Amino acid sequence: MIRNHILAMLKYAPAAAYVGLVYVFIFLPVVVLVLFSFQDASLPIPPFQGPSLRWYKAIFNDFRIMDALGNSLLVGVVSAALSCLLGFLAAYGLARYRIRAAGMVQWLLVAPLSVSYLIIGMGLLITFKTMGIPKSLFAVIIGHVVINLPLAFAIIYSQMGEHQANIERAARDLGAAEWQVLLLVSLPLLWPALMASFFLSFTLSWDEFIIALLVSRFDVTLPVEIWSLLRSGLNPKTNAVGSVVFIVSIVFLAVMEVVVFGRRRSK
Amino acid sequence: MSKLVEIKGISKTFGETTALADINLAIEEGQFFALVGPSGSGKTTLLHILGGFTEPTSGQVLIAGRRVTHLPAAKRPTASMFQDYALFPHMSVRANVCFGLVMRKVPKDERLARAKAALDMVGLSGMSERRTHQLSGGQQQRVALARALVVEPKVLLLDEPLGALDLNLRRQMQEELIHIQKQMGTTFVHVTHDQEEAMSIADVIAVMNQGRIEDVGPPERVYLKPRTRFTATFMGASNMFEGRVTGRSGGQIQVETAFGRLAVPGEAEMEATVHLSIRPEQIAAGEVNLVGRLTLGKLRVQKVSFFGTYHRCQGRHLNSDLPMTIRLPQNESAQIGEELTISVARDDIVLLTR
Repeated sequence: MIRNHILAMLKYAPAAAYVGLVYVFIFLPVVVLVLFSFQDASLPIPPFQGPSLRWYKAIFNDFRIMDALGNSLLVGVVSAALSCLLGFLAAYGLARYRIRAAGMVQWLLVAPLSVSYLIIGMGLLITFKTMGIPKSLFAVIIGHVVINLPLAFAIIYSQMGEHQANIERAARDLGAAEWQVLLLVSLPLLWPALMASFFLSFTLSWDEFIIALLVSRFDVTLPVEIWSLLRSGLNPKTNAVGSVVFIVSIVFLAVMEVVVFGRRRSK
Repeated sequence: MSKLVEIKGISKTFGETTALADINLAIEEGQFFALVGPSGSGKTTLLHILGGFTEPTSGQVLIAGRRVTHLPAAKRPTASMFQDYALFPHMSVRANVCFGLVMRKVPKDERLARAKAALDMVGLSGMSERRTHQLSGGQQQRVALARALVVEPKVLLLDEPLGALDLNLRRQMQEELIHIQKQMGTTFVHVTHDQEEAMSIADVIAVMNQGRIEDVGPPERVYLKPRTRFTATFMGASNMFEGRVTGRSGGQIQVETAFGRLAVPGEAEMEATVHLSIRPEQIAAGEVNLVGRLTLGKLRVQKVSFFGTYHRCQGRHLNSDLPMTIRLPQNESAQIGEELTISVARDDIVLLTR
């Protein structure tokens, strides 16, 4: 019995070691970053001294970092909400009405997913310049809608298939007006997809750097602020800010897990 | 009985394709009406036009004498039961059944009482708090039925609702549909591709093919005396033979066939090519000498299959080499290669000119 057990474990040992290595490769940099944010010295390099919260205190007292944090939250929430709204409208139109060249429209909507952020950023920069839109947070929001709308559209559209169309038909058949169909049937059914696209869009906007760098000037988002911090050399403060960014992302993922997938599991 | 649903000259084209071509039908009040046909025959499109989910290209639909052709589904006196049930997954069973009543602003007490009655009727009394995904396919079906019937529609439209159920459950649901239909007296329009289902549940059947009505009538008439070749072959197995009209006299015509000259009841032009259809179970094997029976010669058996209630024998007619199928009783079988003398009652031969 016990021998068999050990043999079975040995059989899986190489696989387990491989998986372990992959995780170390992925997470070690994050662990190091978070660990040295608690460093009680002026350089984030070994040996580790501490733990200490002095660098966290420092960033919470740094109004530039706090401003950037607020800006990032604002850009994230507004651009995610806009992406979901526009994505929903596009998906509803394409899924519920016969549209000329629907395949083409759909392809154009998701095409930005395959374009690099650098190209999108440069394109936006030139376009904004010709249109006279100044570099600003507003411009960053537009940029993030450009990259997140395709994603939100794809997620929502995938949930609006023929089965949901039939459920909406059933509601109409039972006497529901269009606004009642939308409010009582379509939106509740799409809620998980809407939440998923909102949280995903927010997370992507939250740590997007290139577009934010290119189209902003005085008010900047957190990744841009971190970048300017890094230019003045390594400092545990940057580790502390990085950890905050990481924690916010994790919290959002956790909330999404509970809100979106928790509901599905309880079914 | 009066005409409740009138379909007048309904046509529907999708781009280049014609889904329905000049359909005329009348459905009487309290009737269990079945639309049967192969997939692509237009039966579901016709049902969608009745329900208000598709607008016809031309023609009129009248329900209880009122023109509803361009009325949206929400404003029609119809309710539908969908193929995939289309229950509201985010609501309880009771909320599903109440939905139509809420839309009609029925007061809460009455609403709950009517929902309870509807759920009792379909045998789901204890299930009102459940979520729809906790129910089996058959139970979801019943919720869909209760949800549609609780609003007391003039016409209930059923779009292949039994398609996804296994055979036993399907037979059981057919029984229940008949029972509920007779009990409530609501007019049912039921779409199916299953001929046996259509015959067993409906008062009147309309056979559809390629966007046209091939035949309308009670199940017995449609099965025993089909009006077209399509109906004869679609509504069960059939032996079909070509023949030429060589004589006519007093309601009878002489047809020259591979079996020789047959005299059958009916009307046709001289020299016209017609078809004769005989159901496999109407052909008897063995020496039968009854008045009114026609001998068809001999059949050489090539294949015998047992179907429980009968044996199916496939073979070829000796003189003409035409393929034929006949049915032998449960307790009689035949050997491969055996030659059977076959005969048919004169009245069972169906003359088809279309």
